Amino acid sequence: MSNPQQLRYSKEHEWLSAVDADGVATVGITEFAANALGDVVYAQLPAVGDTVTAGETCGELESTKSVSDLYSPVTGEVTEANQAVVDDPALVNSAPFEGGWLFKVKITDEPADLLSADEYVTLTAG
Amino acid sequence: MTDTPRRTALDALHRELGATMTDFAGWDMPLRYGSERDEHVAVRTRAGLFDLSHMGEITVTGPQAAALLDYALVGNIGSVAVGRARYTMICREDGGILDDLIVYRLADAEYMVVANASNAQTVLDALTERAAGFDAAVRDDRDAYALLAVQGPASPGILKSLTDADLDGLKYYAGLPGTVAGVPALIARTGYTGEDGFELFVAPGDAVKLWQALTEAGADAGLVPCGLSCRDTLRLEAGMPLYGHELTTATTPFDAGLGRVVKFEKEGDFVGRAALQAAAERAEAQPPRKLVGLIAEGRRVPRAGFTVTAGGEAVGEVTSGAPSPTLGRPIAIAYVDAAHAAPGTQGVAVDIRGSHEPYEVVALPFYKRQR
Repeated sequence: MSNPQQLRYSKEHEWLSAVDADGVATVGITEFAANALGDVVYAQLPAVGDTVTAGETCGELESTKSVSDLYSPVTGEVTEANQAVVDDPALVNSAPFEGGWLFKVKITDEPADLLSADEYVTLTAG
Repeated sequence: MTDTPRRTALDALHRELGATMTDFAGWDMPLRYGSERDEHVAVRTRAGLFDLSHMGEITVTGPQAAALLDYALVGNIGSVAVGRARYTMICREDGGILDDLIVYRLADAEYMVVANASNAQTVLDALTERAAGFDAAVRDDRDAYALLAVQGPASPGILKSLTDADLDGLKYYAGLPGTVAGVPALIARTGYTGEDGFELFVAPGDAVKLWQALTEAGADAGLVPCGLSCRDTLRLEAGMPLYGHELTTATTPFDAGLGRVVKFEKEGDFVGRAALQAAAERAEAQPPRKLVGLIAEGRRVPRAGFTVTAGGEAVGEVTSGAPSPTLGRPIAIAYVDAAHAAPGTQGVAVDIRGSHEPYEVVALPFYKRQR
């Protein structure tokens, strides 16, 4: 399992892309988290226009065996939710870092403790 | 439970295959190897291979083995022919279910009782206690067997390539001793998936050899290793109860809609007879809650313990729930007040974290294989 170097990671196993020119970043869950969940069957994502807060729940991911809260790694306003994942939640398992992204957020604040790929590997190895 | 989980004879193999393991009833068992949905579909359409070595085998022998089991269990065990098996239950004096069981009659005076892992000790203790005064011996054989299951429509063909045993003559709920891949085995046509399939009881030392032979023989047919996660969704679709969910010491077989396993017509007394007679009459006259199937209209998944509602009022409780790979929707088994339990009843919902999600009431099972 490889965690892309260009992403940053939260301790709740979300990943965050670099921001684009408009200050918008993409959020998803890591492959580690997707594997731990098992087959995702339902994704409730934040809606466009919602304000999400770093470290707080903003949706849920349901798998065969359990339901897990989705946490936002940053604070900001949601600009897009991935309808492809709502329609086919299995994308979260098959392509967690690509087609299985969850939402995009225009960041207004971010916590200081986001992890690098290497730091995240250390976290999940424990 | 603070004890280190027990490992089956196939443990190293599961880890080599990259299984996600889970603690189940004190055993470290494979939950899934890859996608549990793919494993589920493999069993429905091709074949799946399971390690079920956590199940608890108890052997009952002696001239009064049949008489003991007729007294200790609710079924008519003496009438089971040699080479056949019976689904039955063991109840308390008050009618509460201690476990559901499969009993195989291996010989005239020899039975093997297979209990759920979580209840094996309870069943062993109860049988031992109830054996007082009977000329019969109860033996703990949990360590004597590993249990592998091959389930799915391709399973007869796969097994035939490894055994000379007469599988065509082996009916559903029958078992015979034979040799599979050179390994002595009790071959039973039983399972917990709603598909045709076999359960193979073998010595733990032979388990790896048998697993590898089945994997090889099943490769062309698309057999895959399967974990307990898909076993649960398979049995749920097939409407089969799971102890601890649909069946508990607080329920009788009649509460669970399984009163047919209680054989009042058998001779002699049996543990729970009086209480079960009363439970049968209650179920006939004024059924309290009924066990029903629920199919979601939406996509949120009901879980055990969630409240079933109608018009905002609680009318029942979910005992098992999961996304159904076959139906493509979440399904649940639930105890529901009789007034809301008829298939097609309108306005039934499940409270999923505060949101009342609409559900359709259906008769069980959700899935029945075409024969």
